[in-house]
Amino acid sequence: MKKKLLSAALILALAVGAVGCGAQPAPEDSSADAAEAGASDGELIKVGIINNDPNESGYRTANDADMQAMFTEENGYDASFAYSLKNDEQIAAAQKFIQDEVDYLLLSAADTAGWDSVLQDAQDAGIQVILFDRTIDADESLYAASIVSDMDAEGQTAVDWLAEQGLDEYNIIHIQGVMGSAAQQGRTGALNAKVEAESNWNIVTQQTAEWNAEKAQQIVQSVIDAGTPFNVIYAENDDMAKGAVAALDAKGITHGVDGDVIIMGFDTNKWALQELVDGNWNYDGQCNPFQAKYIDEVIKTLEKDETPEEKVIVMEEKGFDAATITQEDVDNYGI
Amino acid sequence: MENNSKKGRRGLLPGIFRNQIFIPIAALVVLALFNFAADPSFFRISFGLNSAGNPVLSGYLITILDYGSELAILAIGMTLVTAASGGQDISVGAAIAIAGSVILRVLCGHNSRPEVLQTPIIVAFLVGCVVAMLFGAFNGVLVAYFRIQPMVATLILYTAGRSIAAWINNNELPIISQPSFGYFGGFIPGIPIPTPFFIAVGCMIVTFIVLKFTTLGLYTQSVGINESSSRLNGLNPAFIKFLSFVLLGLCVAVAGLIKVSRLSTINYSVIAKDIEMDAILAVALGGNALSGGKFNMASSILGAYVIQFLTTTLYKFNVQSDALPAYKAVVVIILVVMSAPTVREKLSSLGKKIRNHEAKEVSM
Repeated sequence: MKKKLLSAALILALAVGAVGCGAQPAPEDSSADAAEAGASDGELIKVGIINNDPNESGYRTANDADMQAMFTEENGYDASFAYSLKNDEQIAAAQKFIQDEVDYLLLSAADTAGWDSVLQDAQDAGIQVILFDRTIDADESLYAASIVSDMDAEGQTAVDWLAEQGLDEYNIIHIQGVMGSAAQQGRTGALNAKVEAESNWNIVTQQTAEWNAEKAQQIVQSVIDAGTPFNVIYAENDDMAKGAVAALDAKGITHGVDGDVIIMGFDTNKWALQELVDGNWNYDGQCNPFQAKYIDEVIKTLEKDETPEEKVIVMEEKGFDAATITQEDVDNYGI
Repeated sequence: MENNSKKGRRGLLPGIFRNQIFIPIAALVVLALFNFAADPSFFRISFGLNSAGNPVLSGYLITILDYGSELAILAIGMTLVTAASGGQDISVGAAIAIAGSVILRVLCGHNSRPEVLQTPIIVAFLVGCVVAMLFGAFNGVLVAYFRIQPMVATLILYTAGRSIAAWINNNELPIISQPSFGYFGGFIPGIPIPTPFFIAVGCMIVTFIVLKFTTLGLYTQSVGINESSSRLNGLNPAFIKFLSFVLLGLCVAVAGLIKVSRLSTINYSVIAKDIEMDAILAVALGGNALSGGKFNMASSILGAYVIQFLTTTLYKFNVQSDALPAYKAVVVIILVVMSAPTVREKLSSLGKKIRNHEAKEVSM
């Protein structure tokens, strides 16, 4: 009996430990001292920023670094950050920020649902809400602006670029991200539409590799083993493009500039852009994580008691071509 | 005399059927026949040069040897854990992430994009082994000494492992540019067969030597079959269980080296994703009882290659890759049902009837 109790207690302790490890620590008050200082100052604009965990992906790391760099005291902000990948923890953080009487609440929601009541509270308290990166299922009146990426446009830019290459025949290996994600839907949609419209565009295989480089490698390897000809690899993120290229390298198939196979990726990771510079890949589409300057503009507008021209601001996103990319692009746009 | 000859006649054919290794062989034959009927080009192997100008063999069979090998290495450790503890380790995927992360960390030092490696690869690998064995020991302690269900105990590392892996490298993305690091998951210049296969063969040889010349196999099985009677016979069941998890840790480190070498980098959240299911399936397909006890190592290893055969076949037929687990689930269901005691009884009684019938015909 004693043993049982002991082991039960241990399991409990371990389980708690595991949960603690699994959920990333949420350093909510990373700039609590700054908040105090700001309150007495009175001139700083007080913002509460709720973001996803920066460890989630390279995109998120870049996004968080961008926010940290923009919302500083030098730029006239007194910012507090909260991170979580869980919606309920984010909502709790939002409630805390409302109690702290921030001027603006910046939000990249983990989940689209469940935000109505807390945003209503914010509105009642006179706090303006600005969404960034991710939109939510709530009434538009509840937030002042929303700054997002247009995934459909990202796909369209890439497909347009591919069409410009003027190949006689497009035999495409299409490697998709996790099915149903916004990025996958946008990037797949544009390609599918084009393939349907053009007679010389064919899909050799269309498979999801779930953002996983190894799976992409296996998918491409399988096509090579089957001996089906192809000349384009359209991978919906950089990792998967890398996996696909590894499969090509193993079989001595040339790729990139002057190669047999055109390589396309997304997300503009620094290392991926470097592949473009080196001529190993042909195209990389941007998914812009740098929303801070747009948010800054919106806040400046709101501070003047004006309303922003558009409620939903779609960020400009580029596509990079191996032929025209410069080292500067890599440094400026690489994440 | 008559009895003897009867035994001999009967012993040959049903003997094969009753042998454990029959299950993976049968599965392999079915898959091979299916592919042969559908498209014989499946078995074509071609010879070419890779982009570094080295000779390589390619074809579906080579792909199976390549990717099946890391699974075979894991199956070795998983078989021991299954036999000793009567449960499975579901944290091997996460543990591979940790081992891979450690290997890259040691190779890179503080710079995540090193021009030259900071340490010899062998040192990084050994450090990876030690760390993976420590995590194996952690699982082993929970299972052997605290008597937690293996799946529950390893669930802890399953949940936390990938975060730990990311933390080891400060969530940076190390990329190794030195080509020699890619040999382990690719090809050694001049040798056209994928290196993982040689690594797997090496592991198999070591395993068989250990099983042949030490009492590890015997002790593991006896602990799995009856823990208390093994204790009464002077074994230390807790230590044997603990040891099996540590050995699995070693296998994990080897598989981790192959995995990170394939792309010379790592993605913490998806590396070796769901590989634990394939490893467990390999053990099951090998005809080993998932509740522990007797095991057949060769059967598990063959099972691993059969799993990869199945995966590659599904890829060939353009099955949506997110649907692959569903097909594997069908295999699991068939295996579990076939090995259920009630079904086995039915089958063996059916077999007896047929044999009796045959015997009658012969005597007539």
